[in-house]
Amino acid sequence: MKNSNVLLEVRDVAREFDVSKPWLNRVIEGQPKSILKAVDGVSFTINRGETLSLVGESGCGKSTIARVVCGLYAPSRGSVVFDGVDMAKASVNEQQQLRKRFQMIFQDPYASLNPRWRVGKIIAEPLISHGIMTDKVEIKKRVDQLLTQVGLSPLDQEKFPHEFSGGQRQRISIARALSSNPEFLVCDEPTSALDVSVQAQILNLMKDLQREFGLTYLFISHNLAVVSHISTRVGVMYLGRLVEMADTKTIFNRPLHPYTQMLLSAIPDLKMTGKQRTPVAGEVPNPLNPPSGCTFHPRCPYANDRCKSEAPKMIVADDGSMVSCHAVEEKRIPIRLAA
Amino acid sequence: MTTPLLEVKNLRVQFPTRRGLLTAVDDISLTIAPGEVLGVVGESGAGKSLTGAAIIGLLEPPGRIASGEILLNGRRIDNLPPDEFRKIRGREIGAIFQDPLTSLNPLYTVGRQITETILTHLDVTPAQAKQRAIDLLNEVGIPAADKRIDHYPHQFSGGMRQRVVISLALAAQPKLIIADEPTTALDVSIQAQIITLLKKLCREHGTSVMLVTHDMGVIAETADRVAVMYAGRIAEIGPVAEVIHNPQHPYTVGLMGAIPNLGEEVERLTQIDGSMPRLNAIPTGCAFNPRCTRKGEVGVRCTTERPNLLNAGNTQAACWLYSDTGTTNTTNTPQSVAA
Repeated sequence: MKNSNVLLEVRDVAREFDVSKPWLNRVIEGQPKSILKAVDGVSFTINRGETLSLVGESGCGKSTIARVVCGLYAPSRGSVVFDGVDMAKASVNEQQQLRKRFQMIFQDPYASLNPRWRVGKIIAEPLISHGIMTDKVEIKKRVDQLLTQVGLSPLDQEKFPHEFSGGQRQRISIARALSSNPEFLVCDEPTSALDVSVQAQILNLMKDLQREFGLTYLFISHNLAVVSHISTRVGVMYLGRLVEMADTKTIFNRPLHPYTQMLLSAIPDLKMTGKQRTPVAGEVPNPLNPPSGCTFHPRCPYANDRCKSEAPKMIVADDGSMVSCHAVEEKRIPIRLAA
Repeated sequence: MTTPLLEVKNLRVQFPTRRGLLTAVDDISLTIAPGEVLGVVGESGAGKSLTGAAIIGLLEPPGRIASGEILLNGRRIDNLPPDEFRKIRGREIGAIFQDPLTSLNPLYTVGRQITETILTHLDVTPAQAKQRAIDLLNEVGIPAADKRIDHYPHQFSGGMRQRVVISLALAAQPKLIIADEPTTALDVSIQAQIITLLKKLCREHGTSVMLVTHDMGVIAETADRVAVMYAGRIAEIGPVAEVIHNPQHPYTVGLMGAIPNLGEEVERLTQIDGSMPRLNAIPTGCAFNPRCTRKGEVGVRCTTERPNLLNAGNTQAACWLYSDTGTTNTTNTPQSVAA
């Protein structure tokens, strides 16, 4: 198992949040507890050296998955298996060893760097806390090297985060994430807070680093164009569930799930081919009270009675692509090829 | 040529600070014809939102218009006293802002906010105003408008709130709407709905729109002409198809290459190195020269002398590359390229 191609496996992970009112209010008002199912039974695997992206609209649970994978949230159900080791069952010692091998990059480079620490200290933190290096001179050398790798100057160690622009700060976050030589990076919307020209710099840098160090990425984004550029495989999420997953080419050229088709047709057309966007009626329902059956049925043009009552199962095709939709299973949807 | 609805001549917006005078918008001229949609794009800090705020008279002190003129229907409006301007704002120029939650008053029902606008600007009875508010909400696609009119902003979802803001902007039938990042806070599927709605309503009412955004996709779909801003100046202005498919200014070329495109496989995105200069350190000559890949072709002029808009291909670009091909247009005033 250790040497298999699969680096990370997420098995039927669910994460619930208790968003009830305080106990006293509940008793007086006679209300039950309200549980928000942010992620509801998601399974996927990530192979070594690939980039798996999760896309979806706000509230679909993509960031929650990233946090569960990193161990920032404990899953309410299911398990996360990293390199053959179940994270929940591993001993504290083992967990620490595993933690070294993955790191996270967050969305907001303004909030994820300590404003009172110098950049050198920020980048060295994983080295020190994992006990990888203790010698000060050695640490400084490593930080120099990391800063150069991400396109900054070694002299920047002495500066504070506020002296940098958004793009440069995101480079610092990447340098920090790389410092413990991880194999796996979880990137939660790493370019959403950045301007397009800076976004291009960061995406190029991430691709370069992947090639150089053989990194594996779990990439979370709502921007389909960015996702199509960087990913090997793409998973589409809706209301806490994975609705479709396939390799990038397949999903963009031949989307199967009606929600994926909808998302793709909603992207503005930069080439101005005159293709009309099909605005889809409706909005994401309240996750506290999700629709019965397939959660997408109130917005789905192909929904029938079965969709309203029975939640669809994941259908796995021969090429490894997955889709969860009754209409696809029953071949009720005309396959839409992208122009 | 018909007289433009809005004419901005050599507008300059400055902020006096302890460290000196910062020029955020530097000598901008543009026109908007009746019924036209002008897109204004640029990265953060390019001065696009400030241009919009200056036109609608909502610059926050200490920001002020240092020089230049703004003419609406041939009448100068930038030097009007605040009381006079209030009659124009809402009546002749409507506004849509980025965040629909902060642009609505949380303490009043949406109906009250819309009728207030109608009663202030139009000569109608309260009953007629209420009926008109219901019609407006119907027009922007809010279901059960006659009931929703008594709801508070927090009872609406993000997309619905932005619809309310659009109906508010249209309430007094203005001739011009300044839309500052109207879809940035929304998910793609909702974004498509809002853009389609805005386009449809403006076509029906013959309203001109100045659409300020950083999203080239939204511009490509909506605008007739587009102005690309960089460091407080217009770098390039022209018909939207020309600017997107055949950009002339090196900055626009870089910007277009930096946007990942669906269905187009590129290994690396075009990268513009560096970042936009800070306002207190704008380079002499062309503000883009430190990042420009083509400045060697022109020589020292790029670093010493500021280019005005020159005819370049079918657009106008502020770049010395076009100094021989086009006639020098000394006032930085764009000539109308659109028919």
